[in-house]
Amino acid sequence: MKGSRARSFAVNAALAALSAVTLLPLAWMASVSLMAPGESNTFPPPLVPASPTLANYRELLGADGIVRPALNTLGLAVGATLLSLTFNVAAGYAFAKLRFAGRERIFKALLGALVIPAQVTMMPLFLMLKYMGLVNTYVGALVPWLASVFGIFLVRQYALSVPDELLEAARIDGAGEMRIFATIVMPVLKPILITLGVLTFLGSWNDFMWPLIVLTDRDLHTLPLALASLSREHVQDTEMMMAGSVLTVLPVLAVFLALQRHYMQGLLAGSVKQ
Amino acid sequence: MKVARAGWLLVCPALAAIVAFFVLPVAAALALSFTDFDIYALADLRNVRFVGFDNYLHLLQTPLFWQALGNTLYFVVVGVPLSIAASLGAAMLVNSRLARFKHFHRTALFAPVVTTLVAAAVVWRYLLHTRYGLVNQGLAGLGLGPVDWLGDPRWAMPAIILMSVWKNFGYNMVIFLAGLQSIPAELYEAASIDGASRWQQFRVVTLPSLAPMMLMVAILTMAAHFQLFAEPYVMTQGGPAQRTVTVLYFMYEEGFKWWSLGSASAVAFVLFLFMFAITLLQMHVARRTGA
Repeated sequence: MKGSRARSFAVNAALAALSAVTLLPLAWMASVSLMAPGESNTFPPPLVPASPTLANYRELLGADGIVRPALNTLGLAVGATLLSLTFNVAAGYAFAKLRFAGRERIFKALLGALVIPAQVTMMPLFLMLKYMGLVNTYVGALVPWLASVFGIFLVRQYALSVPDELLEAARIDGAGEMRIFATIVMPVLKPILITLGVLTFLGSWNDFMWPLIVLTDRDLHTLPLALASLSREHVQDTEMMMAGSVLTVLPVLAVFLALQRHYMQGLLAGSVKQ
Repeated sequence: MKVARAGWLLVCPALAAIVAFFVLPVAAALALSFTDFDIYALADLRNVRFVGFDNYLHLLQTPLFWQALGNTLYFVVVGVPLSIAASLGAAMLVNSRLARFKHFHRTALFAPVVTTLVAAAVVWRYLLHTRYGLVNQGLAGLGLGPVDWLGDPRWAMPAIILMSVWKNFGYNMVIFLAGLQSIPAELYEAASIDGASRWQQFRVVTLPSLAPMMLMVAILTMAAHFQLFAEPYVMTQGGPAQRTVTVLYFMYEEGFKWWSLGSASAVAFVLFLFMFAITLLQMHVARRTGA
């Protein structure tokens, strides 16, 4: 019994240490964001602010700050989420439940396309948008979020569990296919809608490379873009950069904590793809 | 038939979007990689010429491209095993019967995964500061260092690997946790009755049970690692001495800094071929070893 108590202590101590080390960078970020300018660059570097101040936040939320990027990011994330839900849910349901010629072959082809990294498309996509006059527009930034193979796959796997009897009963009652989809299937798919919504929202919020390419206009910058360019201009302003990081990260952490169960479900469903 | 028509109707918008914004661009990228599309072509399309494999041949003679390829492979070869080992270790700790507050720990260990990559890179740039950074403070406590993490060509990539393991291990940890929970307890009981030590149980029960999952995790993790971009963009700008220029970083500069979109497309296809070849190799090895 003594041996197992020691083991239990060792396991829990290791786990606590691991969690502490993992959370340390985030805690440090939050702590430094409350320090006075220059305070973190003294020796030895302090872990907590001598007198906590919101000055950095006030500056960032002021006229030249990151309010505009924050609104851009939010708008794009909401837009991407709505688009992704509209396109992927319809397709995912159809691939699961509505038999049509060529269905399996098309679905296999889509899964095959997953091996191609999205970055391959960036050069032609940029040119395409440029000739359509959509570079430096929100539309240009949203284009890659219209439909995704992963999103379709996620919804299809879930929709497979919708009982056929449910659909047949509605058909016998004379309901049209679109009505069945809207009034009977959609409510059943609600959990996976939330999952796909959370994944898309966080993915769009955190996205960097495509916005960097297509949104060069400062007024259209998202938070990650604004943060990256701020960090190049204000290398010495550690405290302000940490405040900017907190403002960027806090919303996604909040969404994640609120909808964690749905997020994890999507992660696991997405990782068992064959 | 009505069902079939409805099926097509619901699939069509998504398919059209995927064809227009993914399939066609992939084909166009291949075509683009055989042209000399550059800043002059951007101004006037009549300046585009078909150049065959010139872009690819030129890449092979570009030292920075080889450097980028080498840097990326370094990141993949060292980073992927480290990341997977960290994920598995964390998953086993959280899954332990003796562990308490499992839910809290799982959330805490997963938190870096959802944090914005650029913000995390900014934070780590300061954590890795030679004089004021927490990492060197910790090392000093152990009587080591100081290491000029982001300024020393030998340490820049290890620093990015460190940050990347921190950022990503939670993802695979959650997948491994699901796998560990699905291993029947009887297997461990049987092994322990046969007198197997903990390490032997790990070797004989845990690892083989996770093998199919391991293959998938390895393939996905490797694909993600090949796409390293934001970390060097924010933390090192490819330096020092170009030791953190990755293939995607090179592609970005080639395409969107110098506007050589033809050459950048060739870079993208070389990256794709590399990822594809290594994935096939992994699957081949997995089949040979019976996973």
